[in-house]
Amino acid sequence: MTGDDSKHLPLEDIHAAAGARFGAFAGWSMPLTYPAGVMKEHLHTREHAGLFDISHMKLFEVSGPGALPLLNLACPLDAGALGISQSKLTFLLNEAGGILDDLIVTRLGDDRFIVVANAGNAIADEKHLRALAADFDVKVEPLDRVFLAIQGPEAWAALSRAGIETGSLLFMRGAEPRKNWFMSRSGYTGEDGFEIGLPEADARDLVAKLREDERVLWIGLAARDSLRLEAGLCLHGQDLTPETDPAAAALMWAIPRDVRASGTFIGADALRAAVERGPAQKRVGLKPEGRQPVRAGAALFDADGNPAGHVTSGGFGPSAGHPVAMGYVAAALAKPGTRIFADVRGARIPVDISSLPFTPHRYRKG
Amino acid sequence: MATTYFTSDHEWLRVEGGIATVGITDYAQEQLGDLVFVELPETGKKLTKGDTAVVVESVKAASDVYAPVDGEITEANSTLSSDPSLVNSAATGAGWLWKMKLADEGQLAGLMDEAAYKAHIA
Repeated sequence: MTGDDSKHLPLEDIHAAAGARFGAFAGWSMPLTYPAGVMKEHLHTREHAGLFDISHMKLFEVSGPGALPLLNLACPLDAGALGISQSKLTFLLNEAGGILDDLIVTRLGDDRFIVVANAGNAIADEKHLRALAADFDVKVEPLDRVFLAIQGPEAWAALSRAGIETGSLLFMRGAEPRKNWFMSRSGYTGEDGFEIGLPEADARDLVAKLREDERVLWIGLAARDSLRLEAGLCLHGQDLTPETDPAAAALMWAIPRDVRASGTFIGADALRAAVERGPAQKRVGLKPEGRQPVRAGAALFDADGNPAGHVTSGGFGPSAGHPVAMGYVAAALAKPGTRIFADVRGARIPVDISSLPFTPHRYRKG
Repeated sequence: MATTYFTSDHEWLRVEGGIATVGITDYAQEQLGDLVFVELPETGKKLTKGDTAVVVESVKAASDVYAPVDGEITEANSTLSSDPSLVNSAATGAGWLWKMKLADEGQLAGLMDEAAYKAHIA
C-alpha cells in the first residue's frame, strides 16, 4: 500500500467501491488493477471501451498575448501554426536538449492553450513554465479537474449513449464541449479514444452514466502501462528522461521541420548539434524470443557480448501475445530484425529489434 | 497421508514420503495478478531455505518464490511453460511449481497449518 504522504484521487471512493487494488505511482495512490485483472482489462480496452482515471496528470491553461512566444521558447513548437482545436505532442527541453517532460498542447483560441503534463513532472513543469512566463504577458494556470480517459473502439459509442457526441472531433483535436470541460480525441493506448478534463461533480455524473454501459470497464494503471507499451508510446521517467533528447528518443517527427531548422526554443542549439552528430543510442522496440519478459533496467548485449544498451520499459503484451519491450541501443544496431541479447538474472535472452508499435494504432483521423 | 503446510511468504507445501510439492497460495496468486511466465528450476538443484527457487512473472513484474525448506528439486511443473495461467486458476492444484526431496523434515515444524495461515492473511 502507499504511504500517508501520497496524493489521493478525487474519485478514490468510486475506485474503492469498484474493488480497485491501489499502489503508488508518481506520488499518487492509484488504482493498479480492478477485479477483472490486468489481462482482461487490457483486452477489453482493445475490444470495447476502457475507462481510466488519469487525474494524477495535470492540465494547465496557458493564456494571454504572451502564450505563443512562451510556448515557442519552452517547447520545440510553432504554437502559432496550430489551428484552433489542434493538439500536438511536444516537449519541455532543457538547455542540453534533454526531455524534461513530454506534453500534449492544444490550441483553444488565438492565445489560449491547454497543456497536459505528466503526473511526476507536473510541479516541476509548472515552476519551469512560470519562471519563463515572467518575461511575457501570459498566465499559466493549473486547472482543478478530474481527468478521465475512455479508450477503445466503442469509446465514442459509450460517450454518445452518455449524452456526449464526439462525431466531429478527430484524432489530436480538442474542444470544450461544456463549461470547464476539455475533451480531446487522444490517449495512451493506441486505440481511438478520448481524454476529458472536467469538474468533479460532472465527473461523478459521467462515470455513473458510463458505468451503466456494459461496454465500459474500469482499467487500472497496470493495463494502462501494457497498452501504451504495445502501442510504442513512451513513459517519461523510463523511456524519456532529461538525459535523452528527441533525436535519441526517435521523436524528431514531433518537431516541425522549420522549428528544427530555425526555432529558438530552449535547447535548440544542443539539439541541432545532436542531430548533426547523430545520436550514439536510439530508442527502439524490442521483441524477446519466447515467453520470458525482459524488463526495465535489463542490460543489452550484441552478438559478440559487447554492451549494446539497456531496456527502459518491458513486460508482456496481452494483445501481442508475447513479451514486448523498448529501450536504447547503439545506433548501428537500431535496425528492425537485428538480434541482440538481454541479461535476465544472469541468462542471455535473445531479443530482436522490432519496429513500433507492436499492435497497430487505430486512431480516428478522418 | 499428505500433510499441507504454509509459509508466511504465501507458499504451500504438500508433504508425502519425504517429498514436498510446493506452490503459492490463492492469496498470493491474487496479489500477483495474471502470470505470463514461470522460470522453473532444474531437476537436481540443491536449495537452502530462503534461496530463490522459481521466478513468477506477471504482466507487470517479476517475483521470487523462495525455497521454504532445504532440499533437492526432484521435478518442476513443466506444464507451466506453456500455460503459466494455471498458477492463477489452480494455485493449490495443477498450478504447483516444483517438488523437492526434503533434507531435514524437522524444518517443517516451523511452518504453519492451514488455520494459522488463514489467520495470518486475515
